[in-house]
Amino acid sequence: MLSRVAESVYWMSRQIERAENIARFLEVTLHLILDQPENLVDPWDPLVRVTGDDEWFKKKYGLPNQENVVQFLAFDEEYPHSMLTCLRTARENARGVREKLSSEAFEQINEFYLFVNDASRNESLDRTSQFFDDIRQHALLWSGVFASTMAQDTTWHFANVGRMLERADKTSRVLDVKYFNLLLSVDHVGTAIDDLQWSALLLAISGMEAYRRDHHDIDLENVIAFFLFNRTFPRSVHHCIASAGWSLGEIDNCSRAHEASQTSKQLDVLQHRLANTRVKEVLAGGMHQFVDGVQREVNEIGNSLAEDFFQTSHQ
Amino acid sequence: MQSQSQTQSQSQTQTSDGGPADEIPRLSGYQNEGFYDEVVTHDGVARPDSVALVDLINRLPVGELMRRQRAIERSLYQKGITFTVYSDNQGTEKIMPFDIVPRILSAAVWADIEVGLKQRIRALNRFLDDVYNERRIINEGVIPAGIVDSCPHYLPQCRGLKPPAGVWCHITGTDLVRDNEGEVFVLEDNLRCPSGVSYVLQNRSVMKKNFPRAFADSSVRPVDDYPARLYHMLRKMGPGGMLNPTVVVLTPGVYNSAYYEHSFLAHQMGVELVEGRDLLIENDRVFMRTTDGLQPVDVIYRRVDDTFLDPEVFNEDSVLGVPGLMRAYRSGNVALANAPGTGVADDKVVYAFVGEMIRFYLGEEPILNNVPTYLCERAEDRKYVLAHLDELVVKAAGESGGYGILIGPHASPEQRAEFAEKIRENPRNYVAQPTLQLSRVPTMVSDSLEGRHVDLRPYVLCRGPDDVWVLPGGLTRVALKKGSLVVNSSQGGGSKDTWVVASPGQRIAQP
Repeated sequence: MLSRVAESVYWMSRQIERAENIARFLEVTLHLILDQPENLVDPWDPLVRVTGDDEWFKKKYGLPNQENVVQFLAFDEEYPHSMLTCLRTARENARGVREKLSSEAFEQINEFYLFVNDASRNESLDRTSQFFDDIRQHALLWSGVFASTMAQDTTWHFANVGRMLERADKTSRVLDVKYFNLLLSVDHVGTAIDDLQWSALLLAISGMEAYRRDHHDIDLENVIAFFLFNRTFPRSVHHCIASAGWSLGEIDNCSRAHEASQTSKQLDVLQHRLANTRVKEVLAGGMHQFVDGVQREVNEIGNSLAEDFFQTSHQ
Repeated sequence: MQSQSQTQSQSQTQTSDGGPADEIPRLSGYQNEGFYDEVVTHDGVARPDSVALVDLINRLPVGELMRRQRAIERSLYQKGITFTVYSDNQGTEKIMPFDIVPRILSAAVWADIEVGLKQRIRALNRFLDDVYNERRIINEGVIPAGIVDSCPHYLPQCRGLKPPAGVWCHITGTDLVRDNEGEVFVLEDNLRCPSGVSYVLQNRSVMKKNFPRAFADSSVRPVDDYPARLYHMLRKMGPGGMLNPTVVVLTPGVYNSAYYEHSFLAHQMGVELVEGRDLLIENDRVFMRTTDGLQPVDVIYRRVDDTFLDPEVFNEDSVLGVPGLMRAYRSGNVALANAPGTGVADDKVVYAFVGEMIRFYLGEEPILNNVPTYLCERAEDRKYVLAHLDELVVKAAGESGGYGILIGPHASPEQRAEFAEKIRENPRNYVAQPTLQLSRVPTMVSDSLEGRHVDLRPYVLCRGPDDVWVLPGGLTRVALKKGSLVVNSSQGGGSKDTWVVASPGQRIAQP
C-alpha cells in the first residue's frame, strides 16, 4: 500500500484511540467524585499530569478544577491532544484515505467527530459522566465497525498497530500517575478510599469485571499485574504489545523481502520482557522507572515504524 | 400507482378514489409562469413520463416531501459528502444542496442527446489530434490560427503527441441546456477534468431509497455501472496493450474541492488514490512509493490540471505534480486520461467552431446545436454585442464555475458598462450569446414546489472513435434562487437526480 496512506491510517487509528481514552478518564473521574468526600485526594490534577502537558495547562488555565480540566481534555481546540482535536485530525486523516476504509468505517468516524464537535458548541450541554459514556459508546461502535466491515489486510494491520501502541501507552500512563499520586497519600493504602480509587482505575480501562473474576479483592500487586502483564485482557500493556507484534508480523509476511522489519524485532523484545517480568521486580526497581522504560520503547517502536514503512524513497 | 408496466409513458393511472382511469394527474398548486417545464405541460398536467412521479407527490401526506428532503440532507451530511469552507479553523462543512424532485428525460429526447454527444466527441478528438500535429483545419482555413494559438489552454509542449487510437479526451462532461421550446443545446464542452459524476451516483442512491415505487414505475435507466465502465476503459489503456496494468487516480489532495469525488471513484474502482508526492519517475517510468518499496504505475486517471502535472515541462512551481511525468508519457510508458492539452477544444471561442469541426472531420451535420455565439474579436460581432448588452449573456473565455459572466437582462447599467469596457480592452477573451429561457423543473422551496431553471451535464467515456459510451442521465444542476440562470454550486446552485426513461420495449439496463 502507499506509504502516505499507511501513515495516515496509522495516525487516524491512534487519534481515535487517544480520544476514546480521554473520554474514559473523564467519565470515570466524574463518576468517582460523587463517592468522595471533598477533603480527599483531588482527582483532577492527576488527569492533567497524565498528559505530560501540565506546564501548558497551567499557563492557560491555572487551577486544575473540574471545569478547566474537562474543557482542556475534551474540547480545547488549541491543545493538540484534546479529544476534539484528536477526532478532527483523525477525521482529516480518514478523509485522505477514505478509499481504503469501508463506507461504514468512514461514516462512523465522521459521526463520532460531528457528535463531539456539535457538543463542544452546545452551551447547555451537561458535561457529566453520561455525556462521556455516550462518547465511549461511539468509540465502541467504531471498534465494532472496524472489526466487522474491514478486510484484515495491510490497511487493517497498520490501523491495529496504531491503536495498540496508543493503548499500551495510555494504560501504562494511567497506572504511573495513579501510583505517583498514591505515594503522596500513603496513609490511604488499603483503606476504603484506596479501594475506590483503584476500582475507578480499573473501570477506566473497562477492566473491573475481568479483574474481579480473577481476584475478587483489590490488591496492589494484582492490579499492577492486571494492567501490565495480563495476556487476555484487551487493554493490558502486554496484550496491546502482543497484538501490535502480530500485526507487524502480518505486514512483514506480505512484503517482497519476507523478513522481519526493525519494528518487528523491537516489538518482540518488548513483548518478551513483559512476559518475563514479575510485579515484585517492578516495585523493587521503581514503578515509575519501569513504566517510563515501557513508554520510551513504545516511542522508539513508533519511530522505527516511520523509518521502515512511511519513508519510501529511491531504492 | 396501479400499473406495473415497463412502458410507463403509455400507461394510464387510477386516481385514489377509484375514479376514471384516464385522468392525467396535475401537480396541485404549481405554476409554470410561462416557462418550459420538464415535468408538467403548459396546461399543467403531468408529461407522459412524469405521471408516476406527479401521482406519488400528490398522494404524499402534507409535509412528507419536506420531511424526506430533510432526511436526505442529513444522510449526505453523515456520509461526509460535503465541501469545506475554510474561513475558520472550525472547518465549517456544507453539503452540496440536493433537491428531492427528480428531473425526467424521455427516451426520445435522450436518444438525440446520446447520438449527438457521440458525434461531438469524435469530432473534438479529431480536432485535438489535428491541432497538435498536422493542423489541417487551420491550413485549410476553417479556423484561424490566431484563435487556436492565443488560447490559454493550447499547450505547445503537447505538439507531436499521438495518443493511441487518436483519443485525447477519454472522459467528457458536456453542459447541455433546453430552451423555452424544450430544444436541447450544447452550452459548453468540458474536456479537461470534468467533475460531478460522484453526485450523480450519490443522488441516485438516495432517491432509490426514498422513492422506490415511483422509481420502479418510471423505468429509469441505471447509472451505477459508471465506475465499472470507467475502470474498464482505463484498463484498456495500458501501455503496449498490457493485460493487467496498474491503474491509479491522481488527485491534488484533500483540500481540492472535488476531493470527495476523486476518493469516491478510486474507492469504487478499487484502485489507489495517489497524490503527486506518492509518485516518482525513474528511467522514464512511473512508480509509487509503497510500504513495500517502489511499484510501477501504468495508467493514471489524473484529476490534476494540465499545467500542474509536471514541473519540468509546465508550471515549475507546482508541487502537485510529478517531475518527469511528461517524459514518461512521451516515451509511451504511462497512459494519461485525459491527455494533457485538451483544454484548447473547450475554450469558449473555439466552442463556436465545433459545428464546423463536425462538418470538416466527419462530413456530417451536427445533431446537437450550439447556442448561437458572437465572437467579440470579430468587429461586426463586437459592435452587435456592445449594442445589445441588455439582451445577451457575455462570458469571459478564460473563466469557469459561473465566474466572469454578465447576464445582460439581470445586470445593472453599471455592470453592463464595466463589461463593455472589458470587451473593448480584450476582445479575444469575450463571447456573447442570446439569453436562453432555460427549462425548469419543480423544486422544493420552503415547503412547496416552485419552478427553477436547470442544466444537464451528461458524462461521456471514449475508448476509441467508434467505442463511445454515454452515461444515461448526468448531473442536473438547478439554480435555487428564484429567476436565477446560474446553476454553479459556487453560486447557490444545487443538484437533482436525473431520470432517463427507457423507451417502450427497451431493456432498462443495456449491455
